[in-house]
Amino acid sequence: MGYKIYINGIGSISAQEEDLFSRGSATIYRENIFPAISPNYKEFIKPMALRRMSKAIKMGVTSAKIALKEAKVEVPGAIITGTGEGCKQDTEKFLENLLDLDEKLLTPTSFIQSTHNTIGGQIALNLGCKNYNVTYTQNSVSLETALLDAQMQFNENPEIGSILAGGVDEISEKITSFQKLDGQLKLNPIKNLDLLREDSTGTITSEGAHFFVLSKEKKENTYAEFQSVSIKNVIKPETIINEIENFLAKNNLNSTAIDAVILGKNGDNRYDYFYKNLQRKLLKNKPQLAYKHLVGDFDTASGYAVFVAAKILKTSKIPAILKLNNVDCKIPKHILIYNQYLGRDHSLMLLSAV
Amino acid sequence: MNKSVAVTGMGIISAIGNNTAANYNSLISGKHGISTPEVLKTIYKHLPVGEIKISNESIAKKLNLPENHSYTRAALLGALAVKEAIFQANLKLDGDTGFISGTSVGGMDATETYFKDFSEGKTDNNRFIRAQHPGFTTEKIAEYFEVNGFVSTISTACSSGANAIMLGARMIKTGKLKRVIVGGTDCLTKFTLNGFNSLMILSNEQCKPFDENRKGLNLGEGAAYLVLEAEEEINGKPVLGRISGYGNANDAFHQTASSENGEGAFLAMQKALKTAGIPVEKINYINAHGTATKNNDKAESAALERIFSNKLPDFSSTKAFTGHTLAASGALEAVYSLLAIQNEQVFPNLNFSNPMLNPGFIPVTNLKEKPIDYVLSNSFGFGGNCTSLIFSKNGI
Repeated sequence: MGYKIYINGIGSISAQEEDLFSRGSATIYRENIFPAISPNYKEFIKPMALRRMSKAIKMGVTSAKIALKEAKVEVPGAIITGTGEGCKQDTEKFLENLLDLDEKLLTPTSFIQSTHNTIGGQIALNLGCKNYNVTYTQNSVSLETALLDAQMQFNENPEIGSILAGGVDEISEKITSFQKLDGQLKLNPIKNLDLLREDSTGTITSEGAHFFVLSKEKKENTYAEFQSVSIKNVIKPETIINEIENFLAKNNLNSTAIDAVILGKNGDNRYDYFYKNLQRKLLKNKPQLAYKHLVGDFDTASGYAVFVAAKILKTSKIPAILKLNNVDCKIPKHILIYNQYLGRDHSLMLLSAV
Repeated sequence: MNKSVAVTGMGIISAIGNNTAANYNSLISGKHGISTPEVLKTIYKHLPVGEIKISNESIAKKLNLPENHSYTRAALLGALAVKEAIFQANLKLDGDTGFISGTSVGGMDATETYFKDFSEGKTDNNRFIRAQHPGFTTEKIAEYFEVNGFVSTISTACSSGANAIMLGARMIKTGKLKRVIVGGTDCLTKFTLNGFNSLMILSNEQCKPFDENRKGLNLGEGAAYLVLEAEEEINGKPVLGRISGYGNANDAFHQTASSENGEGAFLAMQKALKTAGIPVEKINYINAHGTATKNNDKAESAALERIFSNKLPDFSSTKAFTGHTLAASGALEAVYSLLAIQNEQVFPNLNFSNPMLNPGFIPVTNLKEKPIDYVLSNSFGFGGNCTSLIFSKNGI
């Protein structure tokens, strides 16, 4: 049913350098909130525009442009953005001014840029793209909803050749640090690479942007086929295996066909059982990978998982730093991605080699 | 495959009523809901707003929520509207039932209340920390009705509710869901009131959509939801109307302002007519976005002129009744569009006296009775996001 969809371009901005795959070593952080590594934004955005932009907008526009350039697409048939927490820096700026100045003498710039659809709107403005444009903001399934929508768009509109879909989230000084007050973040600073060995509550966080150019056409430099995505708000821990089996069955596969699984493990011992169950049972003999010890956990961190999966499927190389077990796979064909946050907003994605 | 999607339930709460019947009565009697802020604590006590005069405490009580609940005002309003919609549709809630909600600022009311406390490291109200982010509000509503499957939030500023309806209709059409609750919710906050005030687009008197002397918008609050069901699920249930067309486009002109010729609005309407598969002559009524800002009404008029040329059907903006309820507006106006079809009535555009110099369109200013088969409803937002929906009478 439907078209095959290929990932033909990726723009990835995260707390890790892009050459993690060639170099194999990772950037180390010793704080529980750490920033993404900025590319040279000036190469992508005019200085005048750049000055006003918050990091989310800069990262979003830049990663979108990198992805489009790689896929050789100028104006995509749709721009679909996911962001769990939106433009927090501008929100925080406007809100603090409002509270400090007791609602007086406010300037609109940060309000204008505070809406969640600013990133998608700025990308459209930059590309002069008048096509379908939507922003999803459903916590840890924001990017996943964007990808689901993209997949539907291809089937509904046969004239669409390529779609730009991705996820962006930024850290802001105060709002991000509030996550230390409600148990979302670990209280004591840890080294990011130790995250998955931690036995404590909470996680570590960062920021990033991942845009993907999805196309109906397979090209020489195609990364992978984007097969399917499934989103569920609540899953009982004991039924997660069932959910995965059903998801795979819908894609005419079973668990034996899966060559590797990328898990959203984030070192929070309150919710790790969702993953542990899988690691010990259904996917016991499969290469198990993780990534949040590299890029932190944030609502659209799963963009890094899609990037990693696409890269593995293209190169047949699995960097050791991602591995949770010693199971190997020579030529991975199908990779499953599973993520959740605080036991809610579960997502499953399936990517395949071309 | 049936081309349109059935609506089997609707629920609404706004400044002109706490349910569909109350909203309808206000619309036909020309009773607006614009007042000054009482529930919202702001220094702008004189600014007209479409406020719902019910405290969070009394809504929470109505919903039987525990004392230490973490429902923000948008979640409380949303839950009330969803409750009405579910009841009307006698909706089955299972794994194939989805929930898609539009909201612009989600639980910002809680954030602005506790921001200073959180900044000082106080943890008393830390259950509201995640409430700032739109998905949290949606999740709270989903949780109340135990909708556990597909749950998502759209935040495209003032077109969020319309986009949520569009996504829901698409998911029913493509068989991804059997039943889905779609709509939007936004409450008045200091954040949005001050934001629009700093942009100098709030009117200090009751808003006058499409009037030459319009001075800006009145901010409002509200929530509205529709229940959409696949054909095989209806089983003889009354169908209130259908969603037969939708279109989404981006103006790609400016972060907040609309282009002179209303390009995004034009494209959205054009796409909606195309998915509905009807010529422009079939539209009997347009529920315009009509915020009453200088910029919107001009751009929307230009776009309407491009689509309909000299054959513009009856149109009105209902924002003078409710205020501009941001993300909820597309959902509120979806309910009004369906009421227009059901009752064969065009609701008036209040406060209009002088046509705009160009193009001089005159909205319907008194309740007008006539058969209505198709209604076009427009929603445009910041970020250039433009969405148009077409509702139709069941059985045509």
